[in-house]
Amino acid sequence: MTDSGIIIEGLRKRYGEGDTAVDALRGVNMHVSPGEVIGLIGPSGSGKSTLLKCLGAVTDPTAGRMTLGGEVIYDEGWRIRDLRALRRDKIGFVFQSPYLIPFLDVTDNVALLPMLAGNANAAARGRARELLEALDVAHRDKAMPSQLSGGEQQRVAIARALANHPPVILADEPTAPLDSERALTVIRILNQMARQYHTAIIVVTHDEKIIPTFRRIYHIRDGVTHEEEGEGRELPGTP
Amino acid sequence: MISLAGRDILHGWGKFVFTGVGLGLLIGVTLTMAGVYRGMVDDGKALLDNSGADLWVVQRDTLGPYAEASSIADDRYRDLLALPGVRAAANVTYLTMQLKRGAREVRAMVVGIAPQGPGTPGWPAHLVAGRHITRSHYEAVADIATGFQLGDRIRIRRQHYTVVGQTRRMVSSSGDPMVFIPLRDAQQAQFLKDNDAIAQQRRRTSENPAFNRPGVPGLLEAAIDAQSSNPSVNAVLVRLDPGARPDEAREAVRRWEHLTAYTRHEMEEILVGKLIATSARQIGMFLAILAVVSAAIVAFIIYTLTLGKIREIAVLKLIGARDRSIAWMILQQALGLGLIGFTVGKVAATFWAPAFPKYVLLVPEDSLRGALAVALICALASLVAIRAALRVDPAEAIGG
Ligand SMILES: Nc1ncnc2c1ncn2[C@@H]1O[C@H](COP(=O)(O)OP(=O)(O)OP(=O)(O)O)[C@@H](O)[C@H]1O
Ligand SMILES: [Mg+2]
Repeated sequence: MTDSGIIIEGLRKRYGEGDTAVDALRGVNMHVSPGEVIGLIGPSGSGKSTLLKCLGAVTDPTAGRMTLGGEVIYDEGWRIRDLRALRRDKIGFVFQSPYLIPFLDVTDNVALLPMLAGNANAAARGRARELLEALDVAHRDKAMPSQLSGGEQQRVAIARALANHPPVILADEPTAPLDSERALTVIRILNQMARQYHTAIIVVTHDEKIIPTFRRIYHIRDGVTHEEEGEGRELPGTP
Repeated sequence: MISLAGRDILHGWGKFVFTGVGLGLLIGVTLTMAGVYRGMVDDGKALLDNSGADLWVVQRDTLGPYAEASSIADDRYRDLLALPGVRAAANVTYLTMQLKRGAREVRAMVVGIAPQGPGTPGWPAHLVAGRHITRSHYEAVADIATGFQLGDRIRIRRQHYTVVGQTRRMVSSSGDPMVFIPLRDAQQAQFLKDNDAIAQQRRRTSENPAFNRPGVPGLLEAAIDAQSSNPSVNAVLVRLDPGARPDEAREAVRRWEHLTAYTRHEMEEILVGKLIATSARQIGMFLAILAVVSAAIVAFIIYTLTLGKIREIAVLKLIGARDRSIAWMILQQALGLGLIGFTVGKVAATFWAPAFPKYVLLVPEDSLRGALAVALICALASLVAIRAALRVDPAEAIGG
């Protein structure tokens, strides 16, 4: 299934020009299949955030080729026109902090995405309900984000990332604020969702607790990726 | 799609209502200022309506009798009666003065009305209590706004007058309530010379050999009498026959010496266009400043609220919200603030308008204009915040 998921070939990104130019990405190659969760690790300043911004379609790469869910996004300076719609329909985001919308309740935080994509309110809320159930937070559906625990917020954020059935989820340090048990729970959920919804998931992390759980890891150093075997350790509670 | 602005307002309604009330009081002041102006215009129109005249005949080269002093001989009304189309003509005097009521003072316009009886131009058309003046001296009809009750005694100059009737909304162009007294008394009061001046004049006249001639008995008395009587009034109020053309009558009067005349329309021009023009500009200035201050407040509040949501806005953009949805959210919030403000302002103005000493007339038109102005001001004020929101880079949500 290499035609969907994420495929990156020779991706480069240069910030600035002339003497002050910084080559943040200098040849990134990656492929993540649908249903797969991979880890992206690297030291500070290695280019993780830059890569995530290119993948998240908020920063244009300088060169290279990128395909998301079977659609070519960037190809050597060319890019698709509507990045906003691409982000809405093809990419789910999970951040270190959940960044839920504080004035919407749990259901509408998740339902907002299908609504933005033009779905009717009832259909969007039905979809939200289904995901909240899958993530075991349906009982808090009418709560405001500020009334949830950190772990619950993170699960709602994952539900939001999945709301439009995106082929790709980008998770940026999703376990950083969580203790060991909760961190592993989040990873377990991401794996489960990846399988259930055929989503390709990239997890950027420094978190020693979760690194051993990946089957495949991309290590990035000075803007260049290296693929490595992961330990693929069994997750507690996985059926 | 759900209303992001509405949800945000509901979520932080305390903040919204609080600033909305503050803004509302400001809008209330603005509406009241407009009401003060309307009240002034209405006072002027009430004055003209209540005088019951179609034509005001005054001293030539003056804008009398309300905007400028005017003095004409008190027998000219007979000439006017002879003009074609004139149905009634009556002398009138106006004198604004401080009247004592117990320990308090009221500012009132004393109107001297001709003795022809009710229905004569210048007479109050309707009484709310008591009766019209029937005696030719020392009776008064007072507007209830003066605070005088039936049977009260009013001192005007050296004489006392008994209040026999009451009117409502009989006011001068500056909103002072009226007190009607017989013309003769009013002439006495207005053109009265004090005792000293009379004694001096008597002495000078009797020492003048031209008047004090031994061979002509009675000449001195006649001369003194002529000097101390007061054959002046401020204006003659003329009522025309139905169908008579006011401008024709006016032109006829203007051909006469010493006199000029104004139609109802011209009188309104004088009152509204000249007498209260400066006040109107004064109020206009206030309105302009209040508008700017309101705009500054709305802009500041909405801008601050938006800056507090930069992170959420970045996330919204990242997950695919359109720029115009975000702009619309901010605009709706500004309009929501305006709506709360306008409602509070309208209620506040309605509530406190009757407490003002002068007439404050709140007209629906002004409320409508006010609402449109508030909407416009809020829309403009939200532009700064919208600009800031549109500049937010969705990449900020991903961070470094
Ligand atoms: N907007 C920018 N303009 C110029 N240089 C930038 C910009 N953003 C990042 N860089 C540079 O690009 C390189 C990669 O930065 P990036 O933020 O991708 O690193 P990172 O792997 O996310 O680091 P960390 O783990 O500290 O977050 C760094 O040298 C950084 O200084
Ligand atoms: Mg980073």
